[in-house]
Amino acid sequence: MQSEKNKEQEKGNLTEGQKIRRRTFISFFSFIALNSAAYSGWRWLYKKAPEEAAGITAGAKKPLRRALNKTELAFRKIFSPNHFAKTYPKSSAAKKVRVNGDIGLGKPVDTANWKLKVVKTPGEVLQVSLEELKALPKTEIIFDFKCVEGWDQIQHWAGVKLMDFIRHYHLEEQAKMEYAGLVTPDKEYYVGIDMPSFLHPQTILAYEMNDQPLRPEHGAPVRLIIPVKYGIKNLKNIASISFSNNRPPDYWAEQGYDYYSGL
Amino acid sequence: MKKIKEKHSLAMRWFHWVNFPLLTIMIWSGMLIYWADDEYSFTVFGHTFFRFFPDWFYKLFNIPQRLAEGMAFHFLFMWFFAINGILYFFYTWFSGSWRELVPNKHSFKEAWQVLLHDLHLRKTAPPQGKYNAAQRVTYSAIIVMGLGSLLTGLAIYKPAQLNVLCNLLGGYHAARIEHFVLTIGYVLFFVVHVTQVVLAGWNNFSSVITGFELEEKQ
Repeated sequence: MQSEKNKEQEKGNLTEGQKIRRRTFISFFSFIALNSAAYSGWRWLYKKAPEEAAGITAGAKKPLRRALNKTELAFRKIFSPNHFAKTYPKSSAAKKVRVNGDIGLGKPVDTANWKLKVVKTPGEVLQVSLEELKALPKTEIIFDFKCVEGWDQIQHWAGVKLMDFIRHYHLEEQAKMEYAGLVTPDKEYYVGIDMPSFLHPQTILAYEMNDQPLRPEHGAPVRLIIPVKYGIKNLKNIASISFSNNRPPDYWAEQGYDYYSGL
Repeated sequence: MKKIKEKHSLAMRWFHWVNFPLLTIMIWSGMLIYWADDEYSFTVFGHTFFRFFPDWFYKLFNIPQRLAEGMAFHFLFMWFFAINGILYFFYTWFSGSWRELVPNKHSFKEAWQVLLHDLHLRKTAPPQGKYNAAQRVTYSAIIVMGLGSLLTGLAIYKPAQLNVLCNLLGGYHAARIEHFVLTIGYVLFFVVHVTQVVLAGWNNFSSVITGFELEEKQ
């Protein structure tokens, strides 16, 4: 055995024992080093990474917000107005429709004198009454409403398709902008929606639920129903709609949620 | 005299050890998300055996009230989890090492014999290559489960844009349950896997770090 070892060493080759020790050392050293690096990276992200500066979005760590925004861009590439949320027969729709939020519903609305304000330019505001809205073609949708919390419910809504509204009131110029912003009367709740999603054929200004006028807790007199977004973007009790090339303020995006929140 | 017997390629070790923390982060952030609508339970004939999850569990892992954070982590690490898994799949395919992994026609019968052997109910185990039949079945299943998590995840992430996929998986509601069940599957796999690794001993464990096992020289 000894002579064999010497022979190997004379040739400059490693003995099997040396090979074993060397490879074991390199492997474990690399394993521990890589694990330490990964763990430090994680600790940094989890503990040390700075919060984003509060602005249109807030409440998330800077690198995580960056990732959300980058991921939005990646998934926007597969967005198509021809991709629809699944629709269902009327019989599938829930009779007891879930109510999950009352932010922005503080002020009772006088439906008779109510006007939807559409800010066409900073100085020019279009006002649309409920009767005028109801005179436009009615679009019904029965779809699976999805809450960001995770629950879903098949619901039946009806109202004016956004595209019909845009065409009727000649808002084509405004629709060329990047975003729409919607606000409740008390300005407590507000959402920003990218224009492709806003103009999606399933997006409606809803004034009926289960063939009845909206009740206050569901957003009377008119709310947004946008099946390509989570519930958080389906603003109840719309007071005004405006258009912008920048992201309008968004209630939940200020609480650490993804601005896009698209489905 | 001990001798080196090559076992796991560097690529395979890399994919394994990268996947482990990634999957852990995905499960953890997934629980931060699940908490916001934690409606699942294990119920048979009206009797609820277990609710996912009890309050003590949530408290222990500091899960409540962290939905937004959970989503932010989940939607970042999903990329790495998916990329690592896809690269592993193609590596296994092109390197030919799938031959040692994918169950053959004897594997399912033999896996049962391995199980009986491991439970000390059978004296002999069937002959094996790099992996025994039970390993072939479970390690292949875990890859299929990974693909399942990716697809069910995409279906609940973009149910409108990927509506075809979502419908194939039985719709949004079903896909969320499937995504959850797969995750429970990983946790069960982890428990069995770690137990088996402990029982198999150091030589076997260290081979997943060094790439080789030691065997007695003939």
